[in-house]
Amino acid sequence: MPLVLNEEQRLLKDTAKEFLGSSAPVEALRKLRDEKNEIGYDKALWQQMAELGWAGIVLPEDYDGLDFGFMGLGAIIEESGRTLTASPLFSTVVLGASAILLGGSDEQKQSLLPSVASGEKTLTLAVDEYAHHNPAAIALSAKAQGENFVLTGKKVCVVDGHTADHIVVAARTSGTTGSTDGISLFIVDGDAEGLTRTRRWMADSRAVAELNFDKVSGQLLGELDKGWDILDPVLDRGRICLAAEMLGGTQEIFKRTVDYLKEREQFGVKIGSFQALKHRAAHMFTEIELAKSVVLDAFTAIDEGRADLGQMASFAKATVNDLYYLVSNEAVQMHGGIGVTDELEIGFFLKRSRMAIQLLGDSGFHRDRYASLSGY
Amino acid sequence: MDALETFRQEVREWLEANCPESQRKPASREEQVWAGRNQTFPSADAKLWFERMRDKGWTVPDWPKEYGGGGLNDAEAKILKDEMKRLGCRTPLLDIGIWMLGPALLEYGNEAQKQEHIPKIARGEIRWCQGYSEPGAGSDLASLQCKAEDKGDHFLVNGTKIWTTNADKSDWIFCLVRTDPNVKKQEGISFLLIDMESEGVSASPIELISGESEFCQTFFDNVKVPKENLVGELNKGWSVAKALLKHERKLMSEQETPAGTQITPVQAALDYVGTDANGKVANAALRDQLVRHEMKYRALGLTHFRSFEEKMSGAGEGNIPMIMKYVGTECTKEREETLIAMLGTQGLGWEGEGFNQDETLATRGWLFSKALSIAGGSSEVQLNIIAKRVLGLPD
Ligand SMILES: Cc1cc2nc3c(=O)[nH]c(=O)nc-3n(C[C@H](O)[C@H](O)[C@H](O)COP(=O)(O)OP(=O)(O)OC[C@H]3O[C@@H](n4cnc5c(N)ncnc54)[C@H](O)[C@@H]3O)c2cc1C
Repeated sequence: MPLVLNEEQRLLKDTAKEFLGSSAPVEALRKLRDEKNEIGYDKALWQQMAELGWAGIVLPEDYDGLDFGFMGLGAIIEESGRTLTASPLFSTVVLGASAILLGGSDEQKQSLLPSVASGEKTLTLAVDEYAHHNPAAIALSAKAQGENFVLTGKKVCVVDGHTADHIVVAARTSGTTGSTDGISLFIVDGDAEGLTRTRRWMADSRAVAELNFDKVSGQLLGELDKGWDILDPVLDRGRICLAAEMLGGTQEIFKRTVDYLKEREQFGVKIGSFQALKHRAAHMFTEIELAKSVVLDAFTAIDEGRADLGQMASFAKATVNDLYYLVSNEAVQMHGGIGVTDELEIGFFLKRSRMAIQLLGDSGFHRDRYASLSGY
Repeated sequence: MDALETFRQEVREWLEANCPESQRKPASREEQVWAGRNQTFPSADAKLWFERMRDKGWTVPDWPKEYGGGGLNDAEAKILKDEMKRLGCRTPLLDIGIWMLGPALLEYGNEAQKQEHIPKIARGEIRWCQGYSEPGAGSDLASLQCKAEDKGDHFLVNGTKIWTTNADKSDWIFCLVRTDPNVKKQEGISFLLIDMESEGVSASPIELISGESEFCQTFFDNVKVPKENLVGELNKGWSVAKALLKHERKLMSEQETPAGTQITPVQAALDYVGTDANGKVANAALRDQLVRHEMKYRALGLTHFRSFEEKMSGAGEGNIPMIMKYVGTECTKEREETLIAMLGTQGLGWEGEGFNQDETLATRGWLFSKALSIAGGSSEVQLNIIAKRVLGLPD
């Protein structure tokens, strides 16, 4: 279980840092917000990211991917967390493509994955139906009708849900709400009849949508009633990648805060000389170092196909949720009045942190899951 | 198979063949083997295990062979450690000389001092204790007052040390002494080795909250110390002291449940709190406390491992060792707290009937663990160091 990046992965991380720093800094998110951009990301930027190979980075070579592994993707995502870059990387590559890859037939893979790798098509995954992540509570129904299925119900907080070309939808085909049996996955076209997609404007300025399904036609992905076996590992990949993004954001605001402590003067001295602030900063540093180890090991768990993937995903997400929460609050506080202004970018991170904490499970969800998976 | 894998194989086979069955589970306090002039052994197996390891130099695996060490490089030493852990082998020999003085002497001692002291440490012939702290000099160690005057052919030492762990059981003590009172405090300190049998040395035990009296106040009353026992240059003892503290902190960051209770917090939760129909620990608040701790504990283990990998590959920023004393001791304290919380009132038994050994050891271990974030540079001092050295925050 390597807990350091290899040479290639380090190079990739450096490239990502450079590219995102110059092409998609926090300023770019501010612009999307201020112009009320309906899409929620810059399509030209996504095209450039695809040209760098990022859209196909974890896809097998058979589908025009680079087969570089999640550790490499994680390095890119971590950097995108430092710049708060809005792009369909997470929805399309981490969630949508993983579902197709893990659950799809050869035909489904052939028809979708190469166009993901080229940056032509975007995907997403629709799971949650109310204000808290709870994948077992799926109620949206799918009923067989000829060769296809028709889906009826509602999904909320679907990342890039209003723009994705295809949506992988988790639906209930049997069993009762709360049960992991009887869930099936379907591929639904973004422009399918009966599907209403509404962008929701969230505090973090990133795109999520509410989707209403009224007898929408969907194509089965994987086995009927056994969707959980695909959904669970897909969500785990999502959780781990989200943790990487959050870790990147945390490190960025921590760095900015420490810089500020060295620069701002009060009472005739740098505020960083006050022990009350020093100790909090040093403590945060130690928490960041611990979290880094956890996230790295979680990526190793994906790449090595380890049996404890579920545990590691919950471990990583819970750890980084709490970390980002702590550091974003402290970052605001240690900046004083300027910390609560829109002009300072720290606020963008604060807002993103809370949204990212909610997505794919808050800490309570993941501690409960981790404990259950560990046998207590 | 590469050389390291071959080595692992050999180590594994050797340990299987040479570590007595009884030495393959954690040692209670009474079962530990300490160094000393009048070394005693709790059992014949413990003696055998110690002697076999000593003869291979594996009481100090990564020290040079010429001084009685095992001559292993970092990767090999890690393998030995991992394999011992895998089999549950006890540490064959315990001594502050191994953990702290030896590494510092290897770096700062002259050839004669190394020849004289290091092999004896490796072979467990001398038990060492540490004379740093004084009643008026704790975190602010450099303000120490115990003085050594130059009397031509010897130093004359007068003063007192406190919190000297196991001073009453030790043969020698390494001390920080004031040799120049008229300069900046760090610049008038020297590092001296003193035989506890010298005339004028005495130690009186102090009782701890855990009921043990493992540390002492140590007194020096006109003690004559030969000149050759000065380590490093006169008035340059502070550098030696700091190098040694690095080893002490590393040791403490890796220290586990100190009193050797066998029960884990998870097991305690399952047994003493019980589970609901879904197999979850029946009390949601305790379960959440438990899982928070288990995650922290596992993160710590991963971070130790990452630190090792960074060192071996030359990647990373190398900051991890700076944080581990703080993180490790705080996590151990939390582990003890979690354990007694899961045990409920059975985790607060002191002695006598109604409590099994694991339970009372948990009580004692919890109390002992409080010392970990105080000794060897308190948590607050560690945070000062991280803020300054790693984050570069101003004084
Ligand atoms: C179990 C145990 C074994 C020990 N064994 C030995 C031994 O073998 N040999 C030996 O020499 N010593 C030993 N010590 C002593 C140990 O090194 C000291 O206790 C330690 O350095 C703290 O000093 P102090 O006890 O005087 O506390 P103080 O320094 O008085 O600290 C009191 C409180 O003030 C805080 N504080 C102090 N300075 C600062 C600062 N600058 N900023 C913020 N907070 C601060 C501390 O963190 C602590 O919370 C041992 C201690 C223990 C508990």
